[in-house]
Amino acid sequence: MAVDMSNAVGLDVPAAEQVPGSPGELPPGRRRGFRLPSALGPGIPRALVFAALGYLFGHWIGNLIAAGYSQVTNSGSNNAAIILGYLFGTVGWIGGMGVLTYPLTKMTGREELLAPQRSVGPGRYFRYTLDHKVVGIQYMVGMIVYFLTAGLLALAIRTELLSPTNHVFGPGVYIEVVGEHGTMMMMMMTSVIVGPFGNFLVPLMIGARRMAFPRLEALSFWLTPAAYIILLSSLWLGGFPTGWTGYAPLSVQAGRGMDAYVAAFGVMAISIILAGFNIVVTVINLRAPGMTWGRLPVFVWGVMTTSFLMVLATPVLFGALYMLGLDRTIQTSFFTDTLGGSSYLWENLFWFFGHPEVYILALPGFAIVLEMLPVFCRKPIFAQKVAIAGMVGVSALSFFVWQHHLFDSGINPDMRPLFMLTTELISIPTGFIFLVGMGTLWKARIRLTVPMMFAMGFFFNFLLGGISGVFLSDVPADTTAHGTFFVMAHFHYTIMGGLIFAFFGGLYYWLPKMTGRSMNHRLGKWNFIAMFVFFNSTFLPLFAVGELGQPRRVFEYAKRLQTLNDWVSISAFLLGFAILLFVINLVWSMIIKPVRSPENPWHSRGLEWQTTSPPPPGNFDRIPIILAGPYEYGKPDALPMSDLVSRTSPVAAAAATDSERTI
Amino acid sequence: MAAATERRDGIRILGVWLVLSAIFMPIVYFVWGPHLPPGGMSDQAAGQRFDNRVLGVVATPVVLLVCTFLVYALLFWRQTGEEIEDGPYITNKVKFSGWWVGLTTFTVLCLAVFGTYELENNNGAGTGSGPRPIFAASGPMLPVQVIAQQWRFTFRYPTYGGMETTSLMIPQNEEIQFNVTSLDVIHSFWAYQLGVKADANPGVNNIAFVKALHTGKFNILCAELCGLWHGAMTANGQVMSQASFDSWATQTEAQEAPVTKLLPKYSTVYSPDEAGAGGNYYGSQYPVNP
Amino acid sequence: MKMFEKPLTRGLAVLAVAGVLAGVCLWGIFGFLRSSVPTVDFSKTAGPVNLRVQTVAALGFGPHPTWVSYLVKDPAGAWVHSTIWQLPADRQINVTVEEYDSGGALRNNLWGGITGTLDSQAAINGQSTAVVDPSAGNGIAHTFNVPDLGLNVPLYGISSKAKNPCSAAPCSTSSDHNTITFSFHTPPGAGNYRWQCFIPCGLSYLYGNGGPMGAIGFMSGFLKVVPA
Ligand SMILES: [Cu+2]
Ligand SMILES: [Cu+2]
Repeated sequence: MAVDMSNAVGLDVPAAEQVPGSPGELPPGRRRGFRLPSALGPGIPRALVFAALGYLFGHWIGNLIAAGYSQVTNSGSNNAAIILGYLFGTVGWIGGMGVLTYPLTKMTGREELLAPQRSVGPGRYFRYTLDHKVVGIQYMVGMIVYFLTAGLLALAIRTELLSPTNHVFGPGVYIEVVGEHGTMMMMMMTSVIVGPFGNFLVPLMIGARRMAFPRLEALSFWLTPAAYIILLSSLWLGGFPTGWTGYAPLSVQAGRGMDAYVAAFGVMAISIILAGFNIVVTVINLRAPGMTWGRLPVFVWGVMTTSFLMVLATPVLFGALYMLGLDRTIQTSFFTDTLGGSSYLWENLFWFFGHPEVYILALPGFAIVLEMLPVFCRKPIFAQKVAIAGMVGVSALSFFVWQHHLFDSGINPDMRPLFMLTTELISIPTGFIFLVGMGTLWKARIRLTVPMMFAMGFFFNFLLGGISGVFLSDVPADTTAHGTFFVMAHFHYTIMGGLIFAFFGGLYYWLPKMTGRSMNHRLGKWNFIAMFVFFNSTFLPLFAVGELGQPRRVFEYAKRLQTLNDWVSISAFLLGFAILLFVINLVWSMIIKPVRSPENPWHSRGLEWQTTSPPPPGNFDRIPIILAGPYEYGKPDALPMSDLVSRTSPVAAAAATDSERTI
Repeated sequence: MAAATERRDGIRILGVWLVLSAIFMPIVYFVWGPHLPPGGMSDQAAGQRFDNRVLGVVATPVVLLVCTFLVYALLFWRQTGEEIEDGPYITNKVKFSGWWVGLTTFTVLCLAVFGTYELENNNGAGTGSGPRPIFAASGPMLPVQVIAQQWRFTFRYPTYGGMETTSLMIPQNEEIQFNVTSLDVIHSFWAYQLGVKADANPGVNNIAFVKALHTGKFNILCAELCGLWHGAMTANGQVMSQASFDSWATQTEAQEAPVTKLLPKYSTVYSPDEAGAGGNYYGSQYPVNP
Repeated sequence: MKMFEKPLTRGLAVLAVAGVLAGVCLWGIFGFLRSSVPTVDFSKTAGPVNLRVQTVAALGFGPHPTWVSYLVKDPAGAWVHSTIWQLPADRQINVTVEEYDSGGALRNNLWGGITGTLDSQAAINGQSTAVVDPSAGNGIAHTFNVPDLGLNVPLYGISSKAKNPCSAAPCSTSSDHNTITFSFHTPPGAGNYRWQCFIPCGLSYLYGNGGPMGAIGFMSGFLKVVPA
């Protein structure tokens, strides 16, 4: 395992320093191969042109196939052309980015001329790059763009709900906005930790130089902009009326905008599967010598269990989308009851993916928070094995609870006690996480930094989210709560209050590692306070709104609920400003006036801090040998985590503290 | 010295938590509980309110414990100086972890048993329980069919000549059997104050029971996104005394007779005619139920 | 890249990007999401409002050349493609529908009964009617249904073998059509009352309820009742 892989792909080693004949770099005499037309320029411009050409090609094929269908001529919309257009457009996009060059050259028995990992400078962030650190940063920016777009859509929702009967957008556009918000958030939340932090940090934390499959890793990222554009383009086609759950047969009935949902979610599903697969293989195979499972940081455990869920659950979504696409294009009848299908089929398939999915959104939050707690408590993590057992337990159970979304549906009524039991059982491993968190806080020496504030906020928010879940798991109590704003508040508490708080905490914590630049702490503190206050002020009343009788996704509601709804809407706008504070901090501290961060600003023992910030192309000067676990705080005779420690011995770290200087 | 402070921390947290729980648990159950949704208009609603009360009482100490602990930690276990001081080296306390796991498991299993009991003893707890509900009400009951379509609910009374109405009237103190079905996409029939929620699936007869205890109006809403007018898919409902329901029903039956004549024979589900009322998506060559 | 070395220039560049993005958002909201069918105002007239609408089989413009639709004649006398009609409160509304579409079956025959009009009747080609059987004669082409006013009027269809069907909207009365007239009274208070059609007339959409049935401006809209 201690193979030196500095010459393998994924490194920014200048060509001049490469050993001729080493993997990926043939001596000049043997270089044969082809390049994509360079007239269009590398990267994004070429990809856009290819995407447009691909879309037109797919559209043409779709018209060739289906233009004569009576369904198409009568309704005036050719779904086959639109879906094929999107799919070929996506192929064109990734082809233009250069993703297909390597497999195509290999297939034709040649070697790639210029390996993509050679690019250096800021331009590499806009290209197909095999360095996991570049992909991590690309993912981070991409997911923030997703988050802000979907967040603006949320504000549009709250604008419409300012009045129970007067309409800003009207029912049609309102439903489109709801669907866009939900789908975009769900697509983004699935990748928001595994993409940026998983790709950037996992190799650093396990002592590897790269991910196992750098090309798949880059592909998984470059699919996300395609999914983003496809999903947004739905608004131009009239949107989709189904929300993110896409329930059939409404999704079969819906107009052309639904095709964008099918294509975008499908493209994202592939990205999710690839990203998860890559991480699982990396963690299993590329750990540095001495990195036993017991020493593996909790964050890596969390990301790996998440990745298992991604690999195992997402194919079911892809299959369901495939069926939906067929129902919509060539009139199969998977979901039509009168022709042998069933409206329950989509519900089953979707939630068989969808419930593991919601734990894909919870586990990385646990992982980040538990990773940060020991650093800021200056204590070892409490009962690390219990934490890992908790995450593994949640993952395993998450496959056996999906029908709790269907308690009222009339499907398998006699199975409801079982699904009630499995759902409530999930509280046990979730309780493990709280045990570990509280045990770590016990008699700690807490340093209340900005990341730590977000961690504490996470525990409070997730507590309320989890407790409200118990009401939903109880069939009688769920009768009222199901399908209302209560559910909506519940999952916003776990996803927004949990995952996003963890994500923001993680950004404050790891951005110095990823960029070598510090976020502004004072602004960060106000960012946290504003977010925490306005988050709770937005979503706490929504529990009441739901229990008082307001279903989800409605553009009109009872007049007696206007005060609560207006309170929520105003809080939501203020929450928007809190997030704007974060954006301002991010742009200010990273771009406009960057402040050089100390090498190990949090005085962490973690392996990722035992190299420079940002890390050099090969991550480490050499593959480290792991000597101890990452959380041995308070143990005077503890060995450093690895033998690289000369760089960040406690003395050196302390010296680095006062060396803050402008870049 | 160290052991002494440790014991004090634990006892202080425990004390605060017990005091807060002793204050708030009775408040949740006795003061807030009777006002918890969905109210007490029907036996089902009252059952759900009871569940909400019990779950609220169970949730209160859990929330209080974590909050007390977090606040205590932030108040008493902070360090602020430039010098970083490490905390005690505690990696696990097996006994404590064991108690935690045991207690959470016990609580969760109790909740599951409680939920199952409530589901079974409350005739399916007002939820849609499929075409052959196993937790069914017994004795005489009035069947009412709820037909959802994009985007209205209508109600058929098979025992009153199969008449169909746009608002839902039910008698007090009589077991009602709602047969919920849809003519198109998935809807969800939600009679808020009655504590009834049942999905309306095309081609499915989803049964829910209720017994209204008080007369009065109630709201009907669609609780499953069904397209453009989902938010406006509401209807009015009313619980009437037995006598006024009887007179309303016989009068309406006579008044509606000309329209009732047009309706198809009462059936638990209705299939669209693909050639006409089905929208012709699959083309007229496809018969219904091949 | 040299020009981006000063924080000030970087700041200005960021502001410029932010400005462009804000512009895109505003354009998206006001140019796209907020664009809706126009409201046709009938609340300025005194006395009973005479509303003239037509239902057509195919609207010959825009991205939906084959969609069924309602049109309304504005107070100036021009046919407008809109389903949002502003009416005065507490006033009698006399509606005349020119129905140019062929008829068919209802998904729920309850909507064959006429309710909510004055006398619970409507005149089909001058003949007072209380119930229309969708399976008799030409069937029903569309319905005009305002749930919160309890109003439901089925619009009797023309024969599918009509000699002189209207080919492009707006239709003129020289084409084959039925005339349905009815009156109703608007409620005394202000409010937005949604209305829709209950015939599955979204041809080639599953259950006939997609397309024009799922879009404001074709088979559904609002009656905006305002204080006179
Ligand atoms: Cu509905
Ligand atoms: Cu119509």
